[in-house]
Amino acid sequence: MAKKIPEIPSASLADIAFMLLIFFLVTTTMDVDSGLERRLPQWVDPEQLEDDQQIKERNVFVVLVNRNNDLLVEGEYADIDNLRERAKEFMANPYDEEDLPEKEPQQIPFFGETMVTKGVISLRNDLDTQYGTYIAVQNELVAAINELRDELARERFGKPYDELERDQQNAIRDIYPSRISEAEPKKVE
Amino acid sequence: MSKFRKSGGKELPPISTASLPDIVFMLLFFFMVSTTMREVTYKVDITLPQATELSKLEKKSLVSYIYVGEPKPQFQNKFGVAPRIQLNDQFATVGDIQDYVIAEREARDEAERPQMITSLKVDENTKMGIVSDIKQELRKSAALHINYSSRQRIER
Repeated sequence: MAKKIPEIPSASLADIAFMLLIFFLVTTTMDVDSGLERRLPQWVDPEQLEDDQQIKERNVFVVLVNRNNDLLVEGEYADIDNLRERAKEFMANPYDEEDLPEKEPQQIPFFGETMVTKGVISLRNDLDTQYGTYIAVQNELVAAINELRDELARERFGKPYDELERDQQNAIRDIYPSRISEAEPKKVE
Repeated sequence: MSKFRKSGGKELPPISTASLPDIVFMLLFFFMVSTTMREVTYKVDITLPQATELSKLEKKSLVSYIYVGEPKPQFQNKFGVAPRIQLNDQFATVGDIQDYVIAEREARDEAERPQMITSLKVDENTKMGIVSDIKQELRKSAALHINYSSRQRIER
């Protein structure tokens, strides 16, 4: 009869596993990183910066945030709750109004020749603006464009924007481009 | 001749602990899968701002972080209470950002460099002055893809 090999004691296995568990509990975090994704413009040397980019007044949606976190939209005080609606109206310009941005026809896949807005949102903040307010304003502007895209996606393809194919998304992105320009911060009165 | 057994002899058998390691291992694997390693020890206090249009940072390995906020109480006698920048594990100035971005870029595979994202974790009470400076530095070092880290806000 072969000699029986004694079993390895497994009583301490639980302790070892507990130790590992506690190590991972302490050194890891649960939170998923998420945030507002933006792209910064290319760096341009201030001396080479030409100031002659003439954009028509009606094509610019000016949002100013001053040091007291007040909003000035198109020259008048505004509330952040209305900002999204106004930005949407500006970018879409559904009734081709005179004071809202011009549109120019462009060939776009899936849509054919479509009128694309020339509107630009210009966001400018003071050096003393609070970061929280700045993010709130950015969020509203991004939300406005996202909502427009989503509405168009549902109308044309019957699906939310997120579920579309890549080239369908690109087509919609061409119609509603995310044009939020951030000038260098200045004193905002 | 024990016709009568001693009273109290019927004790409950002890609960078997043979499955305890299995249970603990299950917990362990759950935590290993669902959590991520802490990147750094925070030296600044950060309360992230709230937003609704969030996108997740998909590839953790391609993200470099910049933290801005008030120094934690134990550093305040040395660094004051004005918001400071933290890169990796130490306090830094705006001038260090370009070097940091270059170092981060060098550490990545060449094919992955275009997809790199810089995540800005900034306290919501910080003034925009310091954030604008950081953005200018990032533009100078061509790290244009950024992510303003924020919490999910529940819409009313």
